[in-house]
Amino acid sequence: MDGEELTEQETALYDRQIRVWGADAQRRLSKSHILVCGLKGTVAEFCKNIVLAGVGSVTLVDDRVVTDESLPANFLILPHENHYNGKTLAEVCCDSLKEFNPMVHVAVETGDISTFGVEFFEKFDAVIISCCSLGKKKLINQKCRKLSKRVAFYTVECRGSCGEMFVDLQDYKYSKKKLEETIECQIEYPSFEEAISVPWRALPRRVSKLYFAMRVIEQFEDVEGRNPGETSIADRLGVLKLRKELCETNSLDESQIPDALLERLLTDTREFPPVCAIIGGILGQEVIKAISGKGDPLKNFFFFDAMDGKGLIEDISGPSTRS
Amino acid sequence: MASQEQLSAIKRAKVLMVGAGGIGCELLKTLALSGFQDIHIIDMDTIEVSNLNRQFLFRQSHVGQSKAKVARDAVLRFRPNISITPYHANVKESRFNVDFFKEFDVVLNGLDNLDARRHVNRLCLAAGIPLVESGTTGFLGQVTVHLKGKTECYECQPKPAPKTYPVCTITSTPSKFVHCIVWAKDLLFAKLFGDKNQENDLNVHSSDTANSSEHSEDVFECRKDEDIERYGRRIYDHVFGHNIEVALSNEETWKNRNKPRPIYSKDVLPEEQTKENGNEEKGCAADDVSAMVSLSLKNPQDIWSLVENSRVFLEALRLFFLKREKDIGNLTFDKDDQLAVEFVTAAANIRASSFGIPLHSLFEAKGIAGNIVHAVATTNAIIAGLIVIEAIKVLQKDNNNYRMTYCLEHPSRKLLLMPVEPYEPNRSCYVCSETPLSLEVNTQRCKLRDFVEKIIKAKLGMNFPLIMQGASILYEVGEDLEEDMVVIYAANLEKALSELPSPVTSGSVLTVEDLQQEFSCSINIKHREEFDEEKEPDGMLLSGWVEAPVDKDNNKTIGNDESTSNALPSMETLDGDKDDEIQETSEVVEAFAGKKRKLSEVSEVTAPDPSGPSSINQNKPEKLDIDDEDDELIISDDWESFTKKKKL
Repeated sequence: MDGEELTEQETALYDRQIRVWGADAQRRLSKSHILVCGLKGTVAEFCKNIVLAGVGSVTLVDDRVVTDESLPANFLILPHENHYNGKTLAEVCCDSLKEFNPMVHVAVETGDISTFGVEFFEKFDAVIISCCSLGKKKLINQKCRKLSKRVAFYTVECRGSCGEMFVDLQDYKYSKKKLEETIECQIEYPSFEEAISVPWRALPRRVSKLYFAMRVIEQFEDVEGRNPGETSIADRLGVLKLRKELCETNSLDESQIPDALLERLLTDTREFPPVCAIIGGILGQEVIKAISGKGDPLKNFFFFDAMDGKGLIEDISGPSTRS
Repeated sequence: MASQEQLSAIKRAKVLMVGAGGIGCELLKTLALSGFQDIHIIDMDTIEVSNLNRQFLFRQSHVGQSKAKVARDAVLRFRPNISITPYHANVKESRFNVDFFKEFDVVLNGLDNLDARRHVNRLCLAAGIPLVESGTTGFLGQVTVHLKGKTECYECQPKPAPKTYPVCTITSTPSKFVHCIVWAKDLLFAKLFGDKNQENDLNVHSSDTANSSEHSEDVFECRKDEDIERYGRRIYDHVFGHNIEVALSNEETWKNRNKPRPIYSKDVLPEEQTKENGNEEKGCAADDVSAMVSLSLKNPQDIWSLVENSRVFLEALRLFFLKREKDIGNLTFDKDDQLAVEFVTAAANIRASSFGIPLHSLFEAKGIAGNIVHAVATTNAIIAGLIVIEAIKVLQKDNNNYRMTYCLEHPSRKLLLMPVEPYEPNRSCYVCSETPLSLEVNTQRCKLRDFVEKIIKAKLGMNFPLIMQGASILYEVGEDLEEDMVVIYAANLEKALSELPSPVTSGSVLTVEDLQQEFSCSINIKHREEFDEEKEPDGMLLSGWVEAPVDKDNNKTIGNDESTSNALPSMETLDGDKDDEIQETSEVVEAFAGKKRKLSEVSEVTAPDPSGPSSINQNKPEKLDIDDEDDELIISDDWESFTKKKKL
């Protein structure tokens, strides 16, 4: 890493966090470029966190026009007609984010992210996707993996009182201090496609039910051609039917994906702000870790359910990448 | 989104937030987004630059303004139609009394000091209002729920006292850098720039008290017509040279310790060089004066050599006298005073050099001297989310689902967020269970004043106490007291307990109340003749009051500020602390592992720690405090007690 020092301004502003992760990590953050697609509440939280942390740049992709619907969980949208009339989510959020930290370059990229070429992604150190279809997630993940440079890939989805986060750092090497020594660590991550392809019966016994439930809904949206997040309680029967099929294929008992859980996910389709804050916070921490090279990144799914209050990590990977 | 019943409970709710800082900003935002419409927020602080890395409602242009007010304005921008009432005030003010608290459905704390937390705890108990407590440091955080009669109150679990060090360690036998910092800050800096009338242990020696204090007084005063350069070197030579030589003359001290070496300025900085110091900044304001700038030392993360530290020491001292003369005699150390931080860093480093202790950068020294706690936005955001989830349960009286949640840095059994059932109230808690306390004291020697300061205020956390024996009021504080009573109380303070108008002797029972906190407890008095000066420097022993024993071998410094404890150092602190957090965490998890904590594990009444915090400026040789002004612990409370319990 080059020996550029932090400016006086940066040292003063980032004092409290430099005491957490050190000046080197702060420097690395300041040179990093983050791509974010899908600006709902959780991602808004995440963007706030990384802008405050002092990344080099944040590029926002979301051409959806702001409507009253977008307002609830997203505090980056100020509900004044002048502020958002006719603008896209990316544009409005961009303006607000810039205010949090003038040292971070925040920009908008228009267009459908699935049409961007592989070279586009090379500009970034981390890519975060939300509100995307299954197909899009796989596609973007693949593009990131095609590059010789490692581009970290993350997805987040929050529904009601639940949230899910996925991490793919490909082949990740880092060092850490344990007692007086520095040890070298290496973690291999599966892609999203590889992870969700792991047969359910091959997974450890106590894997979070939320993992399966999210896969069922994800599949349903894929098969039915629905926009992400549009599946609702009206689709209950269809979803339950799909659950039955998937469980049969996977030799998984249906009780592993309880009715009550699915119904909750289908009823509370909108994001719940406290969960956005929690998932956005965890995601922020993970991206900071991956970019700074400091701290053990989680592998590879994180789940939160406000019902039981657990925030847990699941390692969903095939035998070759199982830790 | 929340269900219909949840939404209506939320809409109707009146919420009090105490604290608009790191947690407060995140919390206010999340409450507003979640549909809360009537929020009151109390915070006495103003905005500083170092807040801006996480208190995202504030901008550079807001520095100096009230946190509560700016936070309110910022949130109204994205939720214009809700009601947020800010109070730029100290929560301990009398207007925030029990009646005030009773107006709310729930109280949410985002505080940074133990004192205020205890105060709010008592008011919530008195008012019967649920309290959601929280705290963060670095990547660690926690949220706890407190309902009177149903769960522990905030004080049921012992909270560790601020770290203190024995006087002799600071004045004669430092072994860690923090000892040098305390010396530089509380002794040298105080002596040179602080109140001249304050007692100062700077020249305390076990032998050699024959060299009277008159001589010492002269040493630190700048003589008439004395050149500042000369003065600086004279002070340098006295504290780093002469004083060390004197200490060395006491062979006993160094029998089993490495001897320090005296350092003289002429050896480190030959005369001519000092004249090259200092590019005087033309026309710089007194406040911006800096030795680092003057000496072109750019990077606060650099560890200066002995020569550099010595230059900084002399230059800082020179600049104080030249540019900030009017401040001299009034100064207390302030971590945001650049010149003070430079001086203390340099002085501590030179002393460290003398004693063979590793030197530290200004950045590190400032953190130690200022009790700065490291903080990031993400943890605060996570904790805020968890607070709101608990708050909603409280509003719905969802009694079976309250949780304490711990946010871990390293997962334990796959969990980064670990929920735990709250515990039942501690039946021995003197705050919520009204258990009487006992005090051993020499009733013939101890003055009422000491009892009030050291026990009632310092240990029991009462701010406006009323002390009675039977029907007789021995002391009270209040605004509308009659003149003659005020005189009597003032006189009482100076009397020994046994000589009070209503004599306090062995067997006496005192009732102590704080009317504002609506908190009262009784203390059984037992007379004891002798107390160990080292172990019981206060000359009093309070029992039934549970305080977590302070680990004297603890290597770490206490974080005072917005967060927690030293019990769990966050990942790689700059001193290269060990990663013992992992080990401690797993111990904690075993304590949890799904079982409800039983009262039996909790109610061990531990002996009160004799090394209670006390000011250094007192007659007896006593322990020195690290500053505990703003700062305080958060998580440590519970962590510390859990880990200790496991070990018991």
